Amino acid sequence: MSGRRRLCDIAPGERARVFSVSEKSAISRRLCDLGLIRNTVVECIMKSPLGDPTAYLIRGAVIALRKEDAAFVTVEVISDGAD
Amino acid sequence: MGLTKESVGKGAAERRLVIRKRSENDRVIALAGNPNVGKSTVFNALTGLRQHTGNWPGKTVTNAQGYCERNEKGYVLVDIPGTYSLFPSSAEEEVARDFICSGDADAVVVVCDATCLERNLILALQTAEISPRVVVCINLMDEARKKGIEIDIDTLQAELALPVISTEARQGKGLDDILATVEKLFEDEKTTSSRRKSSPEELVTEASRIYNLAVVSESGSYTKGARRLDKFFTSRYTAFPMMLLLLAVVFWITIEGANYPSELLSRLLFSLEPPIHQFLSSLHIPEIAVRALTEGIYRTLSRVTAVMLPPMAIFFPLFTLLEDLGYLPRVAFNLDCVFKKCGACGKQGLTTCMGFGCNAAGVVGCRIIDSPRERLIAMLTNSFIPCNGRFPTLISMLLMFFVGTSGGIFRSTLSALLLTLIILLGILMSFAASKLLSLTVLRGIPSSFTLELPPYRRPQIGKVILRSIFDRTLFVLGRAVSVAAPAGLVIWLMANINIADTTLLSICAEFLDPFARILGLDGVILMAFILGFPANEIVIPIVIMAYTMGGTLVDMNNLNMLSALLMENGWNWVTAISVMLFSLMHWPCSTTLMTIKKESQSIKWTILAFILPTAFGITVCALFNFIVNLFV
Repeated sequence: MSGRRRLCDIAPGERARVFSVSEKSAISRRLCDLGLIRNTVVECIMKSPLGDPTAYLIRGAVIALRKEDAAFVTVEVISDGAD
Repeated sequence: MGLTKESVGKGAAERRLVIRKRSENDRVIALAGNPNVGKSTVFNALTGLRQHTGNWPGKTVTNAQGYCERNEKGYVLVDIPGTYSLFPSSAEEEVARDFICSGDADAVVVVCDATCLERNLILALQTAEISPRVVVCINLMDEARKKGIEIDIDTLQAELALPVISTEARQGKGLDDILATVEKLFEDEKTTSSRRKSSPEELVTEASRIYNLAVVSESGSYTKGARRLDKFFTSRYTAFPMMLLLLAVVFWITIEGANYPSELLSRLLFSLEPPIHQFLSSLHIPEIAVRALTEGIYRTLSRVTAVMLPPMAIFFPLFTLLEDLGYLPRVAFNLDCVFKKCGACGKQGLTTCMGFGCNAAGVVGCRIIDSPRERLIAMLTNSFIPCNGRFPTLISMLLMFFVGTSGGIFRSTLSALLLTLIILLGILMSFAASKLLSLTVLRGIPSSFTLELPPYRRPQIGKVILRSIFDRTLFVLGRAVSVAAPAGLVIWLMANINIADTTLLSICAEFLDPFARILGLDGVILMAFILGFPANEIVIPIVIMAYTMGGTLVDMNNLNMLSALLMENGWNWVTAISVMLFSLMHWPCSTTLMTIKKESQSIKWTILAFILPTAFGITVCALFNFIVNLFV
């Protein structure tokens, strides 16, 4: 599986490289502070029991984002992280 | 649950910090860093103070300052709320930015989490561009070692072009190096600044480059163990059962553990009353004053202490253990979806948890919420969460009217389960109130937010117990006692001042009675809630005082006698449920209201904070009694 997808669409266990963070996002600034910029590798860790938000591993830290915020981030899936 | 004098005492809402130097030559050092990197631990270790620590991002919400000396030079240390960036996105981050950027600090120590160094270096680099003297302190080296993360301090130092030291603040290692390094910066009159300003993206890239040169990590910082725990605490099938189970277990231990000590304490305090009476009489104080002191003040004080102290001394440490472990942010993660549906912020889950300890602390904690609209929702609905001061009321109602007062494991298990149910009702009501607010006066769409789930840390059990007893339990007890004394005096006076052959107490109670009956209460109970405005803990002791006033001295050492007394005064299970419902939903205590006033800077919101839960309580109680009356 490859090609561009939104960060909110990748499944737990999948890893992806950030292609872009939309300027329209209210938290693009905050995501940058957290180290999420173009080419950052992100792993989807788990979904919350009610399906939203989802936790991502970003530069060694686990950060939870809501679906509509993660939708502003475009990524390229690099592996299904089967380890 | 940052429940200390610092967090809910006077001046907790002062945003601007006034530096208190002891001499002109004292240097001001700011401790900066990402949230949850152990800044407060470093601060406490250096200054000998006891700023609250815990394991969730954002527990330090105000600047705290302390003083330390080294080689006869004085330093004022300022603990700044954790921040991801010096470009603030929330009120608490503004505090950090303002302080570092204002130039009030002579030097900044950037505390970094060794287990999450890549992101932490971003802030270090950013700070170095603004502040003239920066020392980087890599904390939690022990945690990093456990996770197989190796950090080359020399490389880090060379690449950052900043002095770098490693510490294990919880073990007290490396702390002296911090001051030594700062001292050297001042001696050499070297400044680390004169850097060009980079764009935020450049900072991230630079941090990443340095990280890759200096750090070797085999398995990554998010370990298999943490993954397993997270699966357990947050997966679809286990998350909510685990939350309920933990809540019930905490209550069970509290109820079971507090039972015997409470009775013992009560006996002890009551046996002291006659000698105190005798002693006061021997001082030739007028008899009426002696009676006011013993029957009014002392008796209320001993009831409050006996009822509150044991459960609190058990509940606070247990809660702090969960906090130290890092469980609370997982609760916020699990519940965010519900908060979003209510138009609120997921971080309200954290402030809700803090409300269990003390609603005032929960209100201060709301500063971690970025959007002002969502912050207000969290502040106004926090008092729906029964605080520690209301547990004794709820527990004694359950034991006397629903579970039975005979001992045994079954009894405490059942009451823990029932208490959990009541608390769930409180949480449900806080959701309903949040939804109501976001549909009416606080309309808006949920804003964006990020929630960090910190690594799990092994709680330091010994320290947790000491800290919760001395910093929290005694503080809260002190507050309750200081309001129980005047309340005891007032109720005693009311019971002993006669107007036309009736006591003032019965006049007031009779006046309130018709309205109270609609709610399933009686005039005395409603008056106790009103007098309990300064602290919820004293409601039941006041009820007892009022019922026993004027009559013979009744020793209310155990629940059986108390239960008999209440029945004599017309209580039944409907009264008990109404008391519990009203205890769950009525005006916040005065401390909480004052805190809301300070935090919101608005009388209007403070009044709403008073009306909202009261209206809920009156409606629910009246409705409940209306329905019961239809059937009974």
